[in-house]
Amino acid sequence: MNEQSSIAVNADSEPVAFNAALAEPTNVLIVGVGGQGVILVSKVLASLAQAHGYEVKQSEVHGMAKRGGTVFSHVRFGPRVWSPTIAKGEADVLIALEWAEGLRWLPHLKRDTGVFICDTKRIVPPFACLSRRPGAPMRYSTETAEQVAAYVSEAYAIDATKMAEELGNERAANVVLLGALSTVLEFALPEWEKTVTAFVPKKTIAVNSAAFELGRNWIAEAKSGPATADAVPAPVPAHAPYQPRLEITDAWCKSCEICVKLCPERCLTLNADRIATLVAPEKCTGCRLCEWLCPDFAIRVHLDPEAPAMEAAQ
Amino acid sequence: MHTPWQAATALNTDVKELRPLTGNEAIARAAWEAGVRVAAAYPGTPSTEVLENLATYPAEDLHAQWSTNEKVALDVAMGASFAGSRALCAMKHVGLNVAADAFMTATYIGVNGGLVLIVCDDPGIHSSQNEQDSRIYGQLASIPVLEPSDAQEAYDFTKLAFEISEQFDTPVIVRSTTRLSHTRSTVSVGLRCEVPPRVFLERPSKNVMIPAHARGRHLFVLEREARLKDYLGTAEVSRIEKGQTSFGVVTAGTCYPYVREVLPDATVLKLAASWPLPEPLLREFCASVDQVFVVEELEPIIEKEIASLGIKVEGKRLFPRAGEFSPEVVRAGFVKAGLLPAPPSYNAWVPEPVVRPPVLCAGCPHTSSFMAVRASGARVAGDIGCYTLAVLDPLRGIDTCVAMGSSIGNAIGMAKAGETKPVVATIGDSTFLHAGLPALIDAVYNQANIAVMLLDNHITAMTGGQEHPGTGKTLRGEPAPQVDYEALIKACGVKWVKKVDSYDLAATHQALREAIAYRGVAVLISNRPCVLDPIKIKGPPLEVITSQCTACQSCMNLGCPALTWSDEWFEGRHRVKIDPALCIGCTLCAQVCTIDCIKIASPAVTQ
Repeated sequence: MNEQSSIAVNADSEPVAFNAALAEPTNVLIVGVGGQGVILVSKVLASLAQAHGYEVKQSEVHGMAKRGGTVFSHVRFGPRVWSPTIAKGEADVLIALEWAEGLRWLPHLKRDTGVFICDTKRIVPPFACLSRRPGAPMRYSTETAEQVAAYVSEAYAIDATKMAEELGNERAANVVLLGALSTVLEFALPEWEKTVTAFVPKKTIAVNSAAFELGRNWIAEAKSGPATADAVPAPVPAHAPYQPRLEITDAWCKSCEICVKLCPERCLTLNADRIATLVAPEKCTGCRLCEWLCPDFAIRVHLDPEAPAMEAAQ
Repeated sequence: MHTPWQAATALNTDVKELRPLTGNEAIARAAWEAGVRVAAAYPGTPSTEVLENLATYPAEDLHAQWSTNEKVALDVAMGASFAGSRALCAMKHVGLNVAADAFMTATYIGVNGGLVLIVCDDPGIHSSQNEQDSRIYGQLASIPVLEPSDAQEAYDFTKLAFEISEQFDTPVIVRSTTRLSHTRSTVSVGLRCEVPPRVFLERPSKNVMIPAHARGRHLFVLEREARLKDYLGTAEVSRIEKGQTSFGVVTAGTCYPYVREVLPDATVLKLAASWPLPEPLLREFCASVDQVFVVEELEPIIEKEIASLGIKVEGKRLFPRAGEFSPEVVRAGFVKAGLLPAPPSYNAWVPEPVVRPPVLCAGCPHTSSFMAVRASGARVAGDIGCYTLAVLDPLRGIDTCVAMGSSIGNAIGMAKAGETKPVVATIGDSTFLHAGLPALIDAVYNQANIAVMLLDNHITAMTGGQEHPGTGKTLRGEPAPQVDYEALIKACGVKWVKKVDSYDLAATHQALREAIAYRGVAVLISNRPCVLDPIKIKGPPLEVITSQCTACQSCMNLGCPALTWSDEWFEGRHRVKIDPALCIGCTLCAQVCTIDCIKIASPAVTQ
């Protein structure tokens, strides 16, 4: 019954950035990774806008999204809305629940007036970690919050996941972002409060109310001070470049094929005499898996110092 | 499902109530209101939610079921129609291919109780194996194809489809697309009307398609199409929106809002049905403007029809034949036509993109199955389901994927063609029941030397966890008899059947080797429930003892989303860490770790 009580009492609410009473619809793009709660955020917003008397269209893509793929939801509201999707460069607000996803959709934001609100949470896809080459960089966005801030009119990099974690429920990060979103749209606080409580699971109303307030206050503070940002750190590899070389003792190889079958780069094969042979040396990363797996100790991996002129970067 | 929406707006008790609904929810609502008594489908994105939503309406009102495939679903719906009840059958575009055989005769037979097919196309190929245009099926079958443009129309047109079906004695297609099916907008809904059931119509000349009867019915079909043309040319549902007359746009379905978005003042003919097309209406419209454009997704059906009337028309020269439309695509077409100014170009800063394709979930039992398949060195015929993702790095374990149930048939062909590698077919439980079973019988009958890996995760996982005859539950979640795969497969004549727990990697490898070594058809049932449905599995997470990790990254071969690089290095390569929030404790990574440094996390680490 304390549903109404706990959401932010931030009475001196900020001036609104957008006025949906204008003919043009307001475009809010919500993005993230499957399972983060993108759809909930968009449903809250859509419901709020409809209760306000606007025409609303909310278009989402799911299906494969459950499998850790990218998820996005377009919400458009205003006196008249035609297309269910937001064109590139037309989003008024971009809410991102994950850092790289925020960057992916950045070109959708209005260049001059767009507001970017992004969780600094990094969900690194398995694809970012596939290269076994020594010193291989993780294939994850390296752009910093400062770079983004220089690109759009208003940018907030908020560690919503950590804030939610500290409240005891990491899954409330999406509501932290809703709180942040509430500062840039015109709807009154009690309307937000009512809608958020209607959508989150009953048992989590308290934590979500707190999360909403945190997000709302964080933006207010960020507006007064310089926008804080945890720049995404890019770990720098520290290693001497080397060239892997395989030493295979033919006489010891018993043709068991374990190395061939488990080589991640598939660069080994059994030759005509059924002896393990390196057929694609350029693919070998020196991971030593074959050396470790060989029951007959027939393979040794040497990491020779690399000639400096060879492949320097990447 | 959609209950929060209902809660938010349930205060209004008027007959006409406004609700935010997706296209699929609106279709389900309209079908229920139209008095549907039987609805059947096989799940498939983007059509799945039609039946899921129908199952939320009272069981006394209608029977809703998952069928083993789309043809069965259509036959079930036809049966209900024969018996005099209104019936609905839903499928995705490729599902209509499966149902096509029954479908092409359903068009001759017509209906007794109204029969509506909801066919959801996937322009843009969000989650399908091709991008076909189902409207061509409507043309082929000479039946009406209604194309709603938003959720309100999805609701209105579904109701209208039942009226047309009974009035003209025809099955009707309501064609949706991913964009409509999954877009929410406000719908004004009403109450269910009970349609008095008709009795079975004892007319063999209409219901039994022997050649003598079919010849007569074909003439009826052609005559019916002419009447439908007249009706659709005069019915209120198609409308001309007048504007400036220098050019006009003919459009239908989800392209309509894009046209309105881009050209708010244009003269538009918005067609409710994209087949059959009413000649007088098209002529009248085209004569009222100087230049005619057709905006339609995928194939040039309307464009060709207008051109065949001898009218000069522009369409696919400006708008692509592939991919999903959007206001941007429509705008680009009109820019090309010289009717809109080119948008100002600005150099957008494009951050380095992160590749984030869908992946198998942390702890997915398919992961280990495909580790074994990969190590077997076999030629692998894959199938449709989550496990199709094993085609990507790092599993890279599938060589072919065609359509539902194709894997076993493909494997037979490969083996018979003399493929030198051992031939393995991989197929999920739901897909196996859908279309794999006849192929398995074929393999036994024709004595193909193949191994079939039945990936039984006890659910239809790809579409979000729907029940099927192997799960022991119905669409409404009620208990149901359960298929015994081992007995079923043995009854097909398979002599070598074995069940293995796919979390036991060594046993899976060994069993697959045995299956491949067996001469003839061997079926290995890889038996582990999906980690997401029907219950989300979350066991104690594992952790990497980082100081011991030698960065061999053997575990990274699993492609598990819970495994990532740590910031530490060994011999220039990243050591590995496990995200405890994602890890479900399946232990596969521990099983492949070459130096045994992955353990169950101590409680302190788990928090």
